[in-house]
Amino acid sequence: MTQTTPTDNDGRFEFRRILTDERSRGIVIQIAVVLAIAAFIAFITFNTITNLKSAGLATGFGFLADPAFFDINQPLIEYTSQSSFARALLVGLLNTIMVSVLGIVAATLIGFMAGVLRLSDNWLISRLVTSYVEFTRNVPVLLQIIFWWALLTGLPKVRDSLSIGDVAFLNNRGLRMPAPITEPGFLWVAIAFFLGILGAILVSRWARKRQDLTGQIFPAGWVSLGLIISLPLLVHIALGQPLGWEIPRRTRFNFQGGINLTPELIALWLALATYTGAFISEIVRAGILSVSRGQSEAAFALGLRPNLTMRKIILPQALRVIIPPLTSQYLNLTKNSSLAIVIGFQDLVSIGGSILNQSGHSLEIVGIWMAIYLSLSLATSAYMNWYNKRIALVER
Amino acid sequence: MHEPFHRTHEEMLPERPAPLASVGLVGWLRASLFSSLSNTILTLVALYILWLAVPTFLDWAFFSGQLAGEDRFSCGNHGACWAWIDQRIGQFLYGFYPSDETWRINIAFLLLFPALAPWLMDNVPGKAHLRWFSVIYPFIAVYLLVGGFGLEEVTTDKLGGFSLNLVVGLAGIVLSLPIGILLALGRQSRLPLIRWFSIIFIEVVRGVPLITLLFVSNIILPIFLPADVALDSVIRVIVMVTAFASAYMAEVIRGGLQAIPNGQYEAAQAMGLNYWKSMRLIILPQALKISIPGIVNTFIGLFKDTTLVIVIGLFDILGIANAMVSNADWLGLSSETYVFVSFFFFVVCFAMSRYSMRLESKLDTDKR
Repeated sequence: MTQTTPTDNDGRFEFRRILTDERSRGIVIQIAVVLAIAAFIAFITFNTITNLKSAGLATGFGFLADPAFFDINQPLIEYTSQSSFARALLVGLLNTIMVSVLGIVAATLIGFMAGVLRLSDNWLISRLVTSYVEFTRNVPVLLQIIFWWALLTGLPKVRDSLSIGDVAFLNNRGLRMPAPITEPGFLWVAIAFFLGILGAILVSRWARKRQDLTGQIFPAGWVSLGLIISLPLLVHIALGQPLGWEIPRRTRFNFQGGINLTPELIALWLALATYTGAFISEIVRAGILSVSRGQSEAAFALGLRPNLTMRKIILPQALRVIIPPLTSQYLNLTKNSSLAIVIGFQDLVSIGGSILNQSGHSLEIVGIWMAIYLSLSLATSAYMNWYNKRIALVER
Repeated sequence: MHEPFHRTHEEMLPERPAPLASVGLVGWLRASLFSSLSNTILTLVALYILWLAVPTFLDWAFFSGQLAGEDRFSCGNHGACWAWIDQRIGQFLYGFYPSDETWRINIAFLLLFPALAPWLMDNVPGKAHLRWFSVIYPFIAVYLLVGGFGLEEVTTDKLGGFSLNLVVGLAGIVLSLPIGILLALGRQSRLPLIRWFSIIFIEVVRGVPLITLLFVSNIILPIFLPADVALDSVIRVIVMVTAFASAYMAEVIRGGLQAIPNGQYEAAQAMGLNYWKSMRLIILPQALKISIPGIVNTFIGLFKDTTLVIVIGLFDILGIANAMVSNADWLGLSSETYVFVSFFFFVVCFAMSRYSMRLESKLDTDKR
C-alpha cells in the first residue's frame, strides 16, 4: 500500500517521510523548481537593471515612434526614411509573410510532384528525383540561399541582360518582369473572377451530391476550370480589355516600367522552395506508402486508371498522414526565411537588426521578434489542427 | 453439352523462353522507362535534361577545370578554377588555428572514431573499455583544442572552418540528447509545474527561428549576466544550439514515449520499479529505439544549423567561403567555393541518414 500522507500509522506527522511519500515528494520537487526559476529570473532581472543603468539605456517601446532614417528596398506599403521604426518593422513583417507564402506555395507544388514522381515506375525519373531530394536535404539551407544569391548577382550587367522572350529580362539586379496595369473597369474582371470561383465551388458540390445519389459522374473539374477562366475573360473582352501588361523597355542605363524581383527575393524563394520541397516530398512519399497496397489493388480491380486511383483513393487517405508533418515544414520554412539577413533581404529579422543597431533597444526588438514568430507558429498550428480534425478518419 | 477434349500432343511441350521484349535489357527498358506514353515522355524529357546538364557540368568541373595556379587570372576563363583549394584548404578546415598546432585538431578528430565506435557498431573488440574512453573523450578533445597544461593555449576565437562546425555540432549532439530526454519526460510528468515548464520551454524554443536565439546569445546574454562575467562566444553558441536542438529532440522522444503501450508502464510499476528505474530499464530503451530516425534527423538538422554562426560573426566553413569569394585574388569563384563547401556537409549528413536507415531496418524486429 502506498501511503498518501507523510503520517505514520497513528496519524502523526513524520518529517522524514516527506521525501519517501509520493505525493508530498512531488510537492517538494515542484516547490524547489519554482524557487530555482524564481531565483534565476530575479538574478537576470537584477543584472539587467544594473547593466542598463550603467549603460544609460532606457527601456520601453516608446522608441518605435521615432523616425527610422534608413531606406528599405521595394517596400510593400508606403515607406520613406522619415517613417517610424514601427512602420519599418511592419514592412519587414510583410516581407517575411510574402516570402513565406511564395515559398510555401512553391515548396508544396515541388514537394507533391517530387514525392509522387519518386514512387514512379520510371527508373530514370525516380532516380533523378531521389538525387535531387538527397542532395538538397543534406546541404544547409543557408549555404543554398547564399549560393543562389551569388549565382544571381553574378549574372551579366543590365546592359547585357538575358532576355526571356523580350518581355522579361534577367540581370545582376534581378528579374525585370511585365507589370499588370489596371484600368477602371478592372474591378468587374476581378468580380467575375471571384464569381467564377464561387460558381466552381457550387458546381463541384452539386456534382458530388449528384454522384452520391445517382452515381452519375459530372465533369466538374473541366466545368470549374472553364468557369474560372472564361467568365473573367468574357468580362475582360466585353469591357475593352481593362487589364494590360506594362512590358519593361530598355533605356540607356536601365529598364523603364515593369516590376523588378530583386536577386535577394529570388534567391531566398528558390532556396526555401527547393529545400523545403525536398522535405515535403519525403513526407508525401511516406504518406503514400502508408496507404496499404490492398487499397490500390482494390481500385485497380474496380477498373480505375492509375491516375484516378492516385487522386481518388490513395491521396485522400495519405493526406491524413501527410498533414501534421507538413504543418511543421511550413513553419520551418517561415522560420528559415529569417536567414534572409545574410543576403540582405529586408525581412522582419533584418530590419529589426538595423533598428537594434540604430536605437540600441535590443531587449525590445528581440521581444518583438519572438512574439511575432511565436504567434505565427501558434496561428499556423491552430489552423492546421482544425484542418486535421476535419479530415481525420471518423472511427466508429 | 461437353466439348470433347482433344489431345493434340502425346508429350508435354517443352518450355518456351519468355518473349524477347519482356526479358533482359529490352524487357527492363520497356518496364521501367517506356511502359506507357506518359512514361516515355517523362523519360525523354529527363534524358534531354541530363544531356544538357551532365556534360556541361562535367566539362566545367573537371575537363576544363584548372587545378593549379597562383591566382584567379592563371586559371583562364573557361572552366572551374580549383587552384585556390591548395592555398586555402587550411583555412577551410581549421580556420585561424595556428598552423603549427593543427595536428591537435587532427588527433582530436581521429580519436573521435574510437569514441563513437562502441555506440555505433555491434562488433567492436573491447567494447566495454572503449565506452569508458568515449566518456572521457570530450575532455581529451577540449584539452587538445584549447591547450594549457603543457600545450600552447589557443583561444576559441581562433577556431574556425569545418572544425568549428564539427565542434559546435558534436557538442550540441552530445548535450541535446540527455536534455531532450529530460524535457520529454518533463512534458509527460504528473507534476503540473514541471509539465508546464517543459511545455513552455519546448514551444517557445520551437516557435522562434534559431537566428533570434543566436542574437539572444550575442546581444541579450551580456545584459542578463553580471558585468564582469564574459562567456566565450563559442560556448554561447553551443548553449543556444543545444537549447534549440533539445526542444526538437524532446518532441521526437515524446512521440516515442507515446507509442509505448500503457501496459509497459503498468508492468514496470507492478514489478515495483520506481519512476527513474522504470524509465531507465523499461520505457526509454523502447521509446528511444522507435525514435531513432527522428533523433538522427534532429542531429542532421543541428549539424546543418551550425552554419548559422556566421550571423554572429564566427567564421565557420561557410564564413571562410564567404570571405574567400570576396577576396581580390580569387574574385568571382562563388560557384566553385560553395560547391566545395556543400560537399563537406553532404558527406557528413548523407552518412548520418544512411546509418539511421540501416539501424532502422536492423531494429525493426517486428516485421520479419
